[in-house]
Amino acid sequence: MANISFTVKFWKQNGPKDAGHFDSHELKNIPDDTSFLEALDILNEELIAEGKEPFVFDHDCREGICGMCSLYINGTPHGKTERGATTCQLYVRKFKDGDVVTVEPWRSAGFPVIKDCMVDRTAFDKIIQAGGYTTVRTGAPQDANAILIPKPDADEAMDCASCIGCGACVAACKNGSAMLFVSSKVSQLALLPQGRVEAAKRAKAMVAKMDELGFGNCTNTRACEAVCPKCETIANIARLNREFIKAKLAD
Amino acid sequence: MWLCNSSIGRKVIMSVTGAALILFLTFHGCMNVVALFSESAYNQICKLLGSNWYAIVATMGLAALMALHVVYAFILTFQNRKARGNNKYAVTSKPAIVEWASQNMLVLGIIVALGLVLHLHDFWANMMWAEIIGAEGLQCPPTDGFGWIKFTFSNPVFVVLYLIWIAAIWMHLTHGFWSAMQTLGWSGHIWFNRWKCIGYVWSSVVMAMFAIVAIAFTFCPDCLGKCDGNVLPFIF
Repeated sequence: MANISFTVKFWKQNGPKDAGHFDSHELKNIPDDTSFLEALDILNEELIAEGKEPFVFDHDCREGICGMCSLYINGTPHGKTERGATTCQLYVRKFKDGDVVTVEPWRSAGFPVIKDCMVDRTAFDKIIQAGGYTTVRTGAPQDANAILIPKPDADEAMDCASCIGCGACVAACKNGSAMLFVSSKVSQLALLPQGRVEAAKRAKAMVAKMDELGFGNCTNTRACEAVCPKCETIANIARLNREFIKAKLAD
Repeated sequence: MWLCNSSIGRKVIMSVTGAALILFLTFHGCMNVVALFSESAYNQICKLLGSNWYAIVATMGLAALMALHVVYAFILTFQNRKARGNNKYAVTSKPAIVEWASQNMLVLGIIVALGLVLHLHDFWANMMWAEIIGAEGLQCPPTDGFGWIKFTFSNPVFVVLYLIWIAAIWMHLTHGFWSAMQTLGWSGHIWFNRWKCIGYVWSSVVMAMFAIVAIAFTFCPDCLGKCDGNVLPFIF
């Protein structure tokens, strides 16, 4: 374990209309097993001590499962963590003494800035509301094995369902496309018999909502899957394309 | 209409028109290599196509495909720029799996279109168009495709321009091929790698056919086309 000192160059922006600018602050003697978000907490304590306004960023569970943290660190959404990790799982040991760490918000028209690096991701909630569910009557649960599902399908559906909706795919995409998120959410249900019933309706409704909210057109650059903290792949996007085209041709 | 007003629909148009253009390039490339072996066989093909009604209809169809592909490329790019927003990242880092071509399809497309203008000026204007308007006093007769290739590549500047053009098309196709299949939904964990491999092999072979003809006619025009051939035995 060692302590390092590095400069954080962080984005400040007062709401979606403000032009925004970078501020920077040097953090000294930070133990390298500190998580990056803890380092930002230290940054804020120091800013407050200096009488300055603290830096605003999103975070919640800090264990990589909620999808709330959303920082674009040194050119990569969630920073250069190991594959399959979010910003909260990024540690100071990933940086070198004297580094300048640039922290930016997700930049996309679909995610307007609320303050500094906190962006409004309700667009994703709206897409889910448009069809990311199965319409079932609640009540006494049926037997777990009433509908048999092949193991590979169940595994694939589970992999798709592991998407935490953080928006890193949109942040990485040069087109601001939300296709990896939408395709994962369509896939997790399309792969299971319970979800097949409304598969066509769901694909159409979620894509229509995604387009309406101003996300871009997917051009298969694969930047999304390269940065996805949950390792979602563009095989999901192919599946969504298939579901959507099939649904439209059937109309 | 879902092909125009949904993001996937617009991409379907790009995919289908792109795939059709790849097929056209494949036929065009196959016809070109005939010139390496036989002057008479190549000119037979030129005569068969020439300004016959079916060739004119096919050319108009091809122009329509190309126009759709270009118009949609600009529509998609315009929408994507808008979706990206006005604020650019200060620091960016391209992940290793992201190919340069995939992020620069419009730039490559513009180079391809500029090359196409040159190509139409060099060949189509002197062949099909010259035949349609009955132009006279040209370097070679309109159906003497072999003569036109020889004449064009007698100037070494053209081989350089054509090779740059061919390289741009190759890069455009290496992404375009698998991307088209992905957009049409014909992909997945296994087929993604297969299409990528097929796409690389296909575009490399097709573009190599074009490149070989350009290079051979620049360096050794007099040793080509010597075999007496008849590629269309049932027609002529």
